[in-house]
Amino acid sequence: MHCKDMLGSLSAYVDGELEAQFCAEIERHMADCGNCRAVVDTLRKTVYLYREHGHADVPEEARDRLYAVLHLDKP
Amino acid sequence: MYATEAELIAAARAGHQGAFTEIVERHSGTVYNLALRLVNNPQEAEEVLQETFISAFRALDRFEGRSQLGTWLYRIAYNAALMRLRRRQVATESLDAPTTTDDGDMLPREFVDWSTLPDERLLGKEFRGVLEGALAALPDSLRSVFVLRDIEGLSTAETAETLGLTEVNVKVRLHRARLALREKLSGYFAPMVAGR
Repeated sequence: MHCKDMLGSLSAYVDGELEAQFCAEIERHMADCGNCRAVVDTLRKTVYLYREHGHADVPEEARDRLYAVLHLDKP
Repeated sequence: MYATEAELIAAARAGHQGAFTEIVERHSGTVYNLALRLVNNPQEAEEVLQETFISAFRALDRFEGRSQLGTWLYRIAYNAALMRLRRRQVATESLDAPTTTDDGDMLPREFVDWSTLPDERLLGKEFRGVLEGALAALPDSLRSVFVLRDIEGLSTAETAETLGLTEVNVKVRLHRARLALREKLSGYFAPMVAGR
């Protein structure tokens, strides 16, 4: 397996959606390829950072105005 | 308070204020975040938020329940945000277009492994701006998929339904979005590894 062959499957790999046999091939390749290892680890970290810190809450004043235009009492 | 979504919708149709409030509480966060990431402007995102719930509540009688209430609302928000983008005629593709392979995947250019940097170094004061800047630089077509799947946690099927895409298309776009973001974040974090 070459680096380019696995590139398209890396998201499925980090999401745990690949078949065991293909995962094993990717892991064999990564054991000898520091670049692919770095890409997988930083890809996983990128997703983690956005999951943890990417959401923006509705600002409190915007929430107040939303409830006001909908004529609802804010809980 | 409402055991099922069908009960919630029935109560809203019957005019129960509590049901409307429950719908707003459940879905306003994702509606706002999707709008904000697409229009990149808090004021306009708030307008999309208001428009979405006003239109949805007016049209609730026409909601047929074929999709989940959430995906129906997010679709309304997505369309409202897209209308604004079109009106603004914002260029939808990044000027700094990444190098792609024949099948469209971006070839990585950064190979420094910054994933093991401790969180206190990653989460510095510029961190949120870096995260938001990288996201804003994505083409709209990738950004909407990434926001719904990876930030808001919708399933592939829900994202596909919201955006009117096939599930395969969602997966392809999600992967391209992640690779592009990884590249951008690497540009920022990799020098920290060298300076460790």
